[in-house]
Amino acid sequence: MSSQKHGAAFINRQSFIELDARERATALFDPGTSRELVGPFDRVESPWLPMQGVTPQEDDGCVVMKGKIGGQAAVVIALEGAFQGGSMGEVSGEKMTAALDLARADSERGIPTSAVILLETGGVRLQEANLGLAAIAELMASILAMRKHAPVICLTAGTVGCFGGMSLAAGLASYVVLTREARLGMNGPEVIEQENGIEEFDSRDHALVWAINGGEQRFAMGLADALVDDDTPQIAEAIRRFVTKGLPPVHRSSQVALYRRRIEALDTSRQWDPKELRTLWAGKGSEGDK
Amino acid sequence: METIEFEYPAKRKLSKRAHAGVVGSGDLEVLFEPADGATARVFIRTSVDGFGDTWKAVLDRFFAKYDGVVRIQINDAGATPGGVMLRLEQAVEASEQ
Repeated sequence: MSSQKHGAAFINRQSFIELDARERATALFDPGTSRELVGPFDRVESPWLPMQGVTPQEDDGCVVMKGKIGGQAAVVIALEGAFQGGSMGEVSGEKMTAALDLARADSERGIPTSAVILLETGGVRLQEANLGLAAIAELMASILAMRKHAPVICLTAGTVGCFGGMSLAAGLASYVVLTREARLGMNGPEVIEQENGIEEFDSRDHALVWAINGGEQRFAMGLADALVDDDTPQIAEAIRRFVTKGLPPVHRSSQVALYRRRIEALDTSRQWDPKELRTLWAGKGSEGDK
Repeated sequence: METIEFEYPAKRKLSKRAHAGVVGSGDLEVLFEPADGATARVFIRTSVDGFGDTWKAVLDRFFAKYDGVVRIQINDAGATPGGVMLRLEQAVEASEQ
C-alpha cells in the first residue's frame, strides 16, 4: 500500500475509541435493529455511590442492548470506561449477568443468541467492594453457562483496557477482539508498580506496558482471536464474523494442558522478552487478521 | 456531593426525552424528560461542592433562551460552565430532532 493511500485510509477511519458506551453498542448491530434495555431513564443506578459522596450515573455505566448482528439475535453489553473507570458495581454486574442469562434462555428456547461484551474496565468497583467481587463471580458463571449454546465475544478497544477480575471474564470468552490501543491483563501496571516497586514494572513506561499488555502482543501470543484497527466498520465486521461463525471447536480456557505445558516450559530464572514469548507461544489465535 | 434544585417558568411542550453525556471526569450526564404544567425543574447532583451560584448563572443564561416544560436531571463530575452549556444544548437538539 502506498503511503498516500495509507494516509487516506487513516484519515477516513471512524474511530471506535472516541465513541461512548451507548454509541459503541449501537454501532455493532445491524442498523435499526437495536433497542436498549434498562436504560438511563429507568434510573436503575448504584445506591452505594451517593452514600459515599460520589455522583452516580443513571445507567450505572453499563449499557445493555438487544438486536440483530449479521441477521442473528444478539445482546451487546458495553461498560462505560469514563464512568468510575468502567468498574463493576452491584447494579452494573447484575445488568450484565441478567442480560447473559436471558440470552441463554433464548438460546435454550431455540433462538440462538450471541453475546458481545465491551470491556473497558479496571475490575471491581472499590466503593462496592464485596458486591462487585460477587458480581464478577456471577458474571463468570453466566458466561460459562451461556457459551455452551452461543458464542460470547469480548471486545476491548481502549483506552481504559481490561484489567482485574474482568480480565478473567474475558479469558472465558469464546473469542477476544482487541485493537492495538487496547490493554489486557490481570494486574494493571499501576497496581504492580505500587505493590512491587518501579524496578518490577514502570507503569509510566508506555512502550514497556504496551509491549506486555498491549493488544498486538496479546494477539501475537494467541491470547486474542482478532487484532483490529480503531475503525468502527472494521470492528463491527469482526464482531459480525464471530457471531456468524458460532462456537469455536475448543474454548481457549478449556485448553488447560496446553497452557500448563507452556508455563512449565518457561525458565523463570531469567527475564523474558515480550518478543521471545511471541515466538515461543507461537501466536496464532484461532484466526489471523494481520 | 451536593444536590441543587432550580425552577424556571416554561410554556412549550416537549415531544421527546433526550440523554447526553457521561459522568466522567470533567464531564456530566444530562437527561431531559417531558413534564406537565408551566415550569421547568432542574435537579443537579455534582461532585464539586460550593458552586451553587455558578450553576444558577449557567442555568439563568440557558433558560433565558429555552422555554420547554421539562424535567432536567444533571449528574456532574466536575464539568466547566462551558461544558455544562454544551451538554444542555446537545440534549435540546436531541429532544427536538
